[in-house]
Amino acid sequence: MKTDIILAGVGGQGILSIAASLGAAALNENYYLKQAETHGMSQRGGAVVSHLRIADHPIYSDLIPTGSADLILSVEPMEALRYLPYLSPEGSLVTNTAEFKNIPNYPELNKTFEELAHKISIIRIDADQMARDKGNPKASNMVMLGAASPFIAIHDDIIIKGIETIFREKGEKIVNQNVEAFKAGRAFALQK
Amino acid sequence: MERKLLLGVEAIGQAAVDAGISGVYAYPGTPSTEITEYIQHNKTAGERNIHREWSANEKTALEAALGMSYAGKRAMVCMKHVGLNVAADVFMNMAITGINGGLVITVADDPSQHSSQNEQDSRFYGKFAMVPVFEPSNQQEAYDMTYEAFAFSEKTGLPVMMRIPTRLAHSRAGVVPKPVLDENLLRLPENLMQFMLLPAYGRKYYQNLLDKQGWLEELSEKSAFNNYFEGKEKSLGIVCCGIAYNYLMENYPDGNCPYPVVKITHYPVPKDMLQQLENECDELLVAEEGYPLVEEMLSDFFGKGTKVSGRLNGSLPRRGELNPDHLAKALGKELEKPLEMPETLVGRPPSLCAGCGHQDTYDALNEVIADIGNGRVFSDIGCYTLGALPPYNTINTCVDMGASITMAKGAADAGLSPVFAVIGDSTFTHSGITGLLDCVIEKSNVNILIVDNETVAMTGGQDSSAKGRIEKICEGVGVNPEHIRLFVPLKKNHDEIVRIIREEIAFNGVSVIIGRRECVQRVAKMKKLNKVKKQA
Ligand SMILES: Cc1ncc(C[n+]2csc(CCOP(=O)(O)OP(=O)(O)O)c2C)c(N)n1
Ligand code: SF4
Repeated sequence: MKTDIILAGVGGQGILSIAASLGAAALNENYYLKQAETHGMSQRGGAVVSHLRIADHPIYSDLIPTGSADLILSVEPMEALRYLPYLSPEGSLVTNTAEFKNIPNYPELNKTFEELAHKISIIRIDADQMARDKGNPKASNMVMLGAASPFIAIHDDIIIKGIETIFREKGEKIVNQNVEAFKAGRAFALQK
Repeated sequence: MERKLLLGVEAIGQAAVDAGISGVYAYPGTPSTEITEYIQHNKTAGERNIHREWSANEKTALEAALGMSYAGKRAMVCMKHVGLNVAADVFMNMAITGINGGLVITVADDPSQHSSQNEQDSRFYGKFAMVPVFEPSNQQEAYDMTYEAFAFSEKTGLPVMMRIPTRLAHSRAGVVPKPVLDENLLRLPENLMQFMLLPAYGRKYYQNLLDKQGWLEELSEKSAFNNYFEGKEKSLGIVCCGIAYNYLMENYPDGNCPYPVVKITHYPVPKDMLQQLENECDELLVAEEGYPLVEEMLSDFFGKGTKVSGRLNGSLPRRGELNPDHLAKALGKELEKPLEMPETLVGRPPSLCAGCGHQDTYDALNEVIADIGNGRVFSDIGCYTLGALPPYNTINTCVDMGASITMAKGAADAGLSPVFAVIGDSTFTHSGITGLLDCVIEKSNVNILIVDNETVAMTGGQDSSAKGRIEKICEGVGVNPEHIRLFVPLKKNHDEIVRIIREEIAFNGVSVIIGRRECVQRVAKMKKLNKVKKQA
């Protein structure tokens, strides 16, 4: 078993809590894990990416080779496209549709996504809206993780345990909101 | 013991505490910063109350650690690669004095320059100083090697360098820790003149260092961290240093590389192992993260011997960090053409945060520059360096920490007027004060803007050594108090800021203009920390 995931977003959007939830889940299952993060300069509103690799055997490289990621999970639509060369031809792309416009020349993306949908499996979800509906706009990340979960080779109950682990110290209410957000995202993806 | 998920830097921090250090000394710098932060939040470190405050710069950090080592205790020093340039004087000389308590210097290199001015390779410093260098290939090795490094330092009497690249520093994996060791007791050096480098002593100690080299090579040869892996296919022998080994093995998922491989993570290089590889194989490929150090050593100058491939002959890229694809290509594997990035995609460079005071400073400075012309703003390193990019395009230089003031001085000496230096509070205390002293002594016509956001923002909001001291420092150095001006970088103060800058341009001499408002990210970080503290 192995799942190689490219996590993408913009500095400050907090893709790291997605990584942390999966990390906790992988650790629970005694899986091997490697997760390369972006720190430093680009965290100031720049493009950030994390390579997350989970397997039941030792993992060598901290970086995913091009053309071999099973999943691109992006919390921002343009950032989802930046790492396409990493995606395996059989891989899937799961992205938030809420655009983060902190640059003057943000492009129109709908056509690009439509063309791309002929080549690979894509799930687009307005995670920000769904998180607001669930009562916690900050849980948009967990909606995204939920929407991506059908493509990750870890049982969803185990991922939920991971979410509970990382939000535990913030109290029961926050834990529940995040778990609910995860479930909503997952349900959305399973319907597609 | 239980497996923990740790970043490479966290593994090093944990290992240093477990190895019984009595102090960590560091100045922030990506990707090394989190080692010290990890130790600052570590329970054992807190209970033992080991030294874990930030130092003013890398040189003061390394010297203080050497003092702790003099007193017999173990110390860890952390910095980014360019930090070692600042600390190079003590680094080169401490190789000659040797150490007393174990001393480990973790230097984090940044191949591909994710957050740095260059991608220099610290192993060259290790070789230059003739000290052992450890270069772990994964997080567990980062832990194990750091843990061992202190004892190795004491055994050899030398400082040990831990060299890590960004990719290991900022990647997480499961790490199994070892038992926590006691701290060393206070113990003066046996030879009280050990740290005395008057030439008569220095010559003797340098000879000792030279005499140790054979022994260091032997230790490398026997080191559990250097390995010879057999392979049936002798047409090629592969040398992998540090994490380059992972990128090779990623191409052999079952773990069976057909070629013989020497994996080096402990320097000086294991000569006999390399000799055996050369004897057995037709050609060699060297994969190393950073500059081609080992490749250059093995390359045959006159081209009559064994062919050596790597970064120098184009088999691997000459610059930038390696990855599994590079190794695949060097091994002659055909890669499938990956999906392409759509053409509609645009870059998303880093930018100043909304509400950042640096913006207000640059807006005002730009208004003044509109009158006097571009090309006069020498600057430095920090968040404010983003003022080089649109929409500001204000600053013209960023070379090394502190160079804004001294380069402005040199330009003023050359007759350029007016000139500006824009420098952050932490950069000022790191390396700006001595340059200011030069200006004061010569009454140079410079306008120094200290953009004081009361923290080291670029690296994540650490405590700045400058906090609350900048005016006093400037006065103490000899700047005329009438030309030490203060403003608060806020939009509503725009006209006032412009006026102050104009008044100081009119003055022929050293002007220091301080813009002070706390970094908005730091404010948020402290709020969060206080909330956590209250709850605890
Ligand atoms: C010799 C050296 N040490 C460390 C760094 C890493 N570094 C870059 S900017 C910076 C801090 C800048 O702080 P400050 O001057 O206060 O500016 P701010 O980021 O707060 O605006 C550091 C530590 C470096 N580039 N060079
Ligand atoms: S981190 Fe602070 S200093 Fe840096 S850009 Fe943001 S607000 Fe400005």
